Amino acid sequence: MKLSQDQVKKVANLANLTLTSEEEDKYADQLSDVLSYIDQLNLVDTKSAEPTFNVTDLSNVLADDEITPSLEQDAVLQNASAKKDGFFVTKGVFENE
Amino acid sequence: MNNDITNLSLIETLKSLEEKKFSKEELNKAYLERIKELNPKLNAYIKVIDEASEVPVAIKDIICTQNIETTAGSKILSNFLPQYNATVVDKLVSKGMGIIGKANMDEFAMGSSGENSAYGVTNNPWDLNKVPGGSSSGSAAAVAADLCVFALATDTGGSIRQPASLCGVVGLKPSYGRVSRYGAMAMASSLDQIGPITKTVADARKVLEWISGPDGFDSNCIEDGFKSKDLKLKNDLNGLKVGVPKEYFGKGLDSGVEKVIKEAISKLEELGAEIIEISLPHTEYAVAAYYVLMASEVSSNFARFDGIRFGTKREDFGEEVKRRIMLGTFALSTGYYDDYFAKAAKVRNLIKLDFEKAYDECDVIVGPVSPTVAWNIGEKINDPLTMYLSDIYTIPANLAGIPGLSVPCGFSEGLPVGLQILGKYMDEETILNVGEVYEQNTEWHNKKPDLGI
Repeated sequence: MKLSQDQVKKVANLANLTLTSEEEDKYADQLSDVLSYIDQLNLVDTKSAEPTFNVTDLSNVLADDEITPSLEQDAVLQNASAKKDGFFVTKGVFENE
Repeated sequence: MNNDITNLSLIETLKSLEEKKFSKEELNKAYLERIKELNPKLNAYIKVIDEASEVPVAIKDIICTQNIETTAGSKILSNFLPQYNATVVDKLVSKGMGIIGKANMDEFAMGSSGENSAYGVTNNPWDLNKVPGGSSSGSAAAVAADLCVFALATDTGGSIRQPASLCGVVGLKPSYGRVSRYGAMAMASSLDQIGPITKTVADARKVLEWISGPDGFDSNCIEDGFKSKDLKLKNDLNGLKVGVPKEYFGKGLDSGVEKVIKEAISKLEELGAEIIEISLPHTEYAVAAYYVLMASEVSSNFARFDGIRFGTKREDFGEEVKRRIMLGTFALSTGYYDDYFAKAAKVRNLIKLDFEKAYDECDVIVGPVSPTVAWNIGEKINDPLTMYLSDIYTIPANLAGIPGLSVPCGFSEGLPVGLQILGKYMDEETILNVGEVYEQNTEWHNKKPDLGI
């Protein structure tokens, strides 16, 4: 599998990464190498194999519905780059601002 | 310099404190002096806690420590101050352990050489021109150079065992789900595990007892904590069946490493073990499957770094982190899921079944940890694929969820070699017993690097 520079651009956009054009070139080459290596998985007969996503096979592990202490508002906000009136400041989601 | 204090194991340190041979103050003074002298050469610590007052432990910087900077080796977290301790840190503190420093590492645990840190390369204490391995580079170097009593680290594809092997110390990756990861930053959630890097196997056993068991905050950690059986440890391996996978001795294995590993296996036989050749036929596909699954989980987990609640902008991710986010995003993108993620998950199933089948015939599996000894700094940094292949013998255990131990077993070209001992799921007891009997009958763990002081 060979990745084109356009594909690299598209993937970077999906991943919310801003790449320089040198990085785009470099990643196109390096990721193509890695993907070519990964192509050997097609040599494995997996017709009878079930996918293993997690070895514990647990699903829907629920916590008890109990109220436990949580962080104070100041502590929650202590690492935020911007805050206002006790809230995180983010870019608008539906508008441009 | 009080090397008589800093060269003690955890068990010996605890005993000396109990017998009042020295105080905790003297203990910390000895370690802090040594750190002051050696850390400028090794760069094992990102941050040192000068006020340390309990039994001094190094914590890999991907594990959260309350109000102590936790960077994960990344520029994006250069100003991150956790609001709480990881569960493993709280558990250690409750046992009288203290944090003496945050250990350097490959950024977000992505790397096999310790060169991917935004805070500089860590050097191997056995040869400062060599890499210490990774990603737990600082944790392994700090233990090898006696800059802490022991260290905590994480292992997603070999990040505890490989640097332990390259630095000549003991590293234990517990079974998946044995230790709660609450407060450790997730890299690949179906593979990550926390474990100790220590001076002896007995120390690793002790630390596992302390840190294992559920806390209600890691849904995959539900088994009871590890409790070593009260049987007196035997001094032989009579009755033990040791499997040696033929696939771990093929192309790519350095001949010097192979010789040392074969001698270690002969030693196990001499101690009474029965050696059986086994086969793990899907080993050659492990790295490929791992890179698809790990990168896919990375691309999802790292969406949380949005620069809003913590951390700086995504441009501050280092090169390897961006490379893996890109690979994973591609593998999960429309049209490619079945070819990559679903296919890799099925291959993972076959690798897990390989181990289950092998354990019908044997109790533990042994082989090399790393195909080579420590390499020169800079040697593989521009060739990601070659770097990835250096984890060929450690990755299968993460895919299968089984525990693995690296124990010092000799030297090649003057650099340490580690013997890997893999166990059945949730059977750390047996690999620790094998490691400890081997250790008691060899002198490798007593060898220390010459650091000129």
